[in-house]
Order: sequence, then C-alpha cells, then structure tokens
Amino acid sequence: MTLARDKVAPTVGWELFSHDADVGVRGFGATVAEAFEGAALALTAAITDAPIAPKSQVEVTCEAGDIELLLVDWLNAIIYEMAVRHMIFCRFAVEIEDTRLRGTLWGEGADAKRHAPVCEPKGATYTALRVAKDADGFWSASCVVDV
Amino acid sequence: MDPARFTRIDETTWRIERSGAMRVPAIIYADEDLIRGMDDKVYDQAANVAALPGIVTASYVMPDAHWGYGFPIGGVAAFDADADGVVSAGGVGFDISCGVRTILTGLKLADIRPVQGALADALYREIPAGVGSKGAITLDQTDMDAMLTGGARWAVEQGWGEERDLARIEEQGVERDARPKYVSERAKERQRRQMGTLGSGNHYLEMQVIADILDEAAADAFHLAQDDVVITIHCGSRGLGHQIGSDYLKEMTEAAKAAGIALPERELACAPIRSEVGQRYLGAMRAAVNCALANREILGHYARQVVRRFFPNAALDLLFDVSHNTCKIESHPVNGAPKELYVHRKGATRALGPGHSSLPAALRATGQPVLIGGSMGTSSYILVGLAGSGTKSFASACHGAGRALSRHAALKQWSGRKVVDDLAAQGIMIRSPSSRGVAEEAPGAYKDVGAVVAAAEQAGLARRVAQLRPLICIKG
Repeated sequence: MTLARDKVAPTVGWELFSHDADVGVRGFGATVAEAFEGAALALTAAITDAPIAPKSQVEVTCEAGDIELLLVDWLNAIIYEMAVRHMIFCRFAVEIEDTRLRGTLWGEGADAKRHAPVCEPKGATYTALRVAKDADGFWSASCVVDV
Repeated sequence: MDPARFTRIDETTWRIERSGAMRVPAIIYADEDLIRGMDDKVYDQAANVAALPGIVTASYVMPDAHWGYGFPIGGVAAFDADADGVVSAGGVGFDISCGVRTILTGLKLADIRPVQGALADALYREIPAGVGSKGAITLDQTDMDAMLTGGARWAVEQGWGEERDLARIEEQGVERDARPKYVSERAKERQRRQMGTLGSGNHYLEMQVIADILDEAAADAFHLAQDDVVITIHCGSRGLGHQIGSDYLKEMTEAAKAAGIALPERELACAPIRSEVGQRYLGAMRAAVNCALANREILGHYARQVVRRFFPNAALDLLFDVSHNTCKIESHPVNGAPKELYVHRKGATRALGPGHSSLPAALRATGQPVLIGGSMGTSSYILVGLAGSGTKSFASACHGAGRALSRHAALKQWSGRKVVDDLAAQGIMIRSPSSRGVAEEAPGAYKDVGAVVAAAEQAGLARRVAQLRPLICIKG
C-alpha cells in the first residue's frame, strides 16, 4: 500500500492488523503525537490505496479521560469529518497537551472513481486499544476500527 | 475453540459453566465444526457478558458468532431492570438496527435473465452506495426529528414507500419511545445527507433467486416458490447510528465506573437501565432504530422504482424487515413466569414463533420470517421462527454467515477483478465502486452459511424454509 508520505516525519510509521470482521490500525512515532498521526494514516490506508491530494485542511480538537480514549476520539473525529465533508485525508498533524488534542487534517473530496474507497469506517473501538511507549523507545497507538 | 472447554448438553448446545464473576452460565448453539472454527475470544466475551449486572438465565451465542466488541457478534443477553440490570451500547453495537429486508418481486428467473445486466447497471446507478456517496434527500432539523420519531411510517408519508409495507416491519415500522433530543448534533449532522444510502463494508442490495424450498408449508405461507426472484437489502442506521454508538460508548465507560460495575473489557460499557444515562441511551438508540427502518424503506422504494421500469406490473410485496443489532423490551419466561426484559441482540435476529401477538395476521399461524444474509456468491436463507425458541434464546437466531477470514487475509488471497469474473461465470453480477472492497468481501472469506443455518435448525432456534442464490449484488 502506498500513501502520499512526502510531508510525514521520517519517524512516523503505520500498519494495519487483522481482526475477525474489521481492521486494526496502528501508528508509530518518536512521540505520542507522531504515533497518533501514524494511526490516522493507517485509517486512510484501510479505506484506499489511491493517491490523495492535500487540497484543503480541517482543524479538529478532542478531549478525553485518558490518552487511550483520546486516540479513539481522534480517530472518531477524522471519521466524522470524512462523513460530513465527504472528504478523504492524506496528511495529519497532531499536538497533544495532557489529554487534549489539536489536529489538522489535509485532504480532498472523496471521489468514488479515483479513490475507489473500500469501506466507510463506522467508529473507532476500544478493542485492542493501546497507547504506550515500547521497549525500543518508540510510541505506538492502536485500536480496531469497525468498518 | 477447544470443544473440551464446554459442557456439551447435546449435538448443538455447549455450556460454559458459571465461574468467577459470571452470574449465569453462557450457552453457545453450534455444531462441533463451528465451535472449533470460533475464536477463543468468543468464549471470553460470552463469559464476560454473563458477569454483567441483572443478566437473566444465560448469556447466549448464535452459531455464526465471532469476535466482537465487548459482546460477541452473535450474542444475545437479557437484563432485568428490577435486578439492577444494565443496558449496553456495546451490546447493541455501532450499526444500530442493522438488518435485512426481503421484497418478493413476483418475477421468475426466466424473466430476469434477458435483462440481468441492464438491471444490475440501473440498480447500481440508482442506489447510492459506498464512501462519499450522497443521497438525494437532505433533512433539515424538523425533518430529522420527524424521521427519528416516525421510522418507516415517516418514509411512507414522504412518498418513499408503501403503506402496506408497515405491517411487515418489526414494530409495524415505528420504534416507540424514540427521543431525538438525546441524539447528538454530530450524529444528526452525519445523517443529514445519508438517507437512502446503502453504506459500505458488508452491506448490500441483492436480487436473488429461490434455489431450493426446504419447508413447503412455510414457503407457501411466505409466497415463496422455486425460481422466484426476490430483492434483499442489508444495511442499517448509517452515520447516525455509528455516531450514537461512539457517543454513548464513551459516556457509558464513565457511567459503569460511577455505578461500580467492573468491566473486563471497556467495550462492555453499560449503565443501569434505571439511570439517567441508561434512559437517554435507550431514547437515542430507538431513534437510530427508526433511522434504519426509514432508510431500508427508502432503499426498497428506490429498488422498486428501478424494477418497475423493466417490469411495470411486478408485484414487489415486502416479505419482512428484521433488525439484528438492537435492544428491545420484551416479555419472556424467567423461572416459569413472564418477565419484562431488555433483550440485547448483537448480530442476532429476533425469531418469533407461530402465534406471537406482534406478528401480522398473515404470518401469525406460520411464524416470523427470519432473514439470513450470506455473502455475495454464496447462499442466503429464509428461516421461520419456532415456538420453542423463546425458552432457548429469548426467541433469537443467527444473522448471517460470519467471517472466516479477516479482511487482511482475504486481500492476500483474492483480487477483486478475479472475484467479479469468477462470479460472472456463475451468472452472478457484482457492481461495486471498489475492487479491493470486493476482494475483502470475497465469498471464501465467509463461513459456510449452510452449516450455520443447519446448526440453528438443529438447535431449535429457527427452521429453514428456502435457500436463495444471488443474481445481482450491489456492494458499497
């Protein structure tokens, strides 16, 4: 799978993992914020492999009881913006202060032909929900998304 | 799962005995092969549900069960408000009132074959499906609240459906006690332009042919005959239901903590039925049920319009519309006496037996049609509810095939193009905006639905009436 990665920090990574019916998203980074950016890239990868142009930007804010619930809120905020703006996003910037998040999403209008989206995520779940600093010093942020 | 972990009651009944925090046992209905094929998480989740406050009799699991969110998909559990019982957003799931409706076209296979390609193209054009697809309907605040209160009846009043359909929809097309004021503005905003859209993932609109009749008497009562063509629609409450699920899951995580309910998984998030949050969720969830009922009524209307262009005299009678992600207040016997319960069905279909007072007169003697979706390319089934299932599973049966392979694994194994070509060679026409989506939903990624419905029948949950094969499949 490929995504527009030009503006992504070299330390940000992502992967998809298997779930019985749905799909797991996992982001990695040198900071929690980077891991959240990676998780958002994984969410997009679950939807399309096609190139997406960063034509316009959307700002979101989230707040939750702890850092894991904040990841769910962040992914749900992206899902919400996708649904109401009929957009698809390729680049993400995240700032986190305690359990408050400010995020910027860049993307374009969803195009059935060009993006051929696989699925429309329903919501981020608490299944396999984990935000933690791993032994290698990198942060990872993951959960299953109901599609 | 290892069958040795269970007490085997009979061929298709497997019990997890009470232990630890479990308040009741858990019972899985399945044959041995299906049990072996299930993830161990199904066992854990069934046991976790059995530990929730106020659960009665047992935590039940249907033959198509798989790893879900808090509750297993295929889970059925009933709670008693008088015993501090709970309502759980996780126990209903994100796609509130996702369900299936089947419309009898009155046409035969031979009628469809000459126009099958043109019909597939027309349905694909007219039924908005997939990400970013917009419906032709935009709701303002007043319309939104009317829809959330009025369900399928609202759709009929707007001219997107037929009055005669309502008797053939659960709750006669309107879930009572819906409270749009407890639905967030975000949820309503997500739905504003999504009425009359199919969605994506495993949702579909299919034209199917009756390939086999397994119960002549019930088939007659349902007006099903060999080679008859039907339309089946599988979808739910779209963005509105998804957002309500997300909103209340978050709130109920806190509510459970406040009520002192220990949650082995956060997704079991729940609140006492007799609590402010619990009541608000029930009001919002019922509004989402109405959204799903309205949405399927509108999609049925669109499908009828397309078919009538080809066949102006097609009958297009609704057989039934049934939801499989719900929480409903129902009366069931507990310790021999009828009791009002909050029955959660997460990926399970209500299956009312003959004589049930809520069935329309035309179906009362036979029982409720239980509509089981397969996967594109494989069979779907119509079953009928049985008198005895009330005591077995709070009158519930399976809802589909259930996945055997993850989306990831399916993608490695199949290409969308090849799936479409292979099915076309079998006379099944697939129309979808996403080739990868088709690969992820490949027929081989699903369990054998035949084994699932056979187990449901053997367990006495519902009886098989007819087997259907797809002719046209519109996927989101």
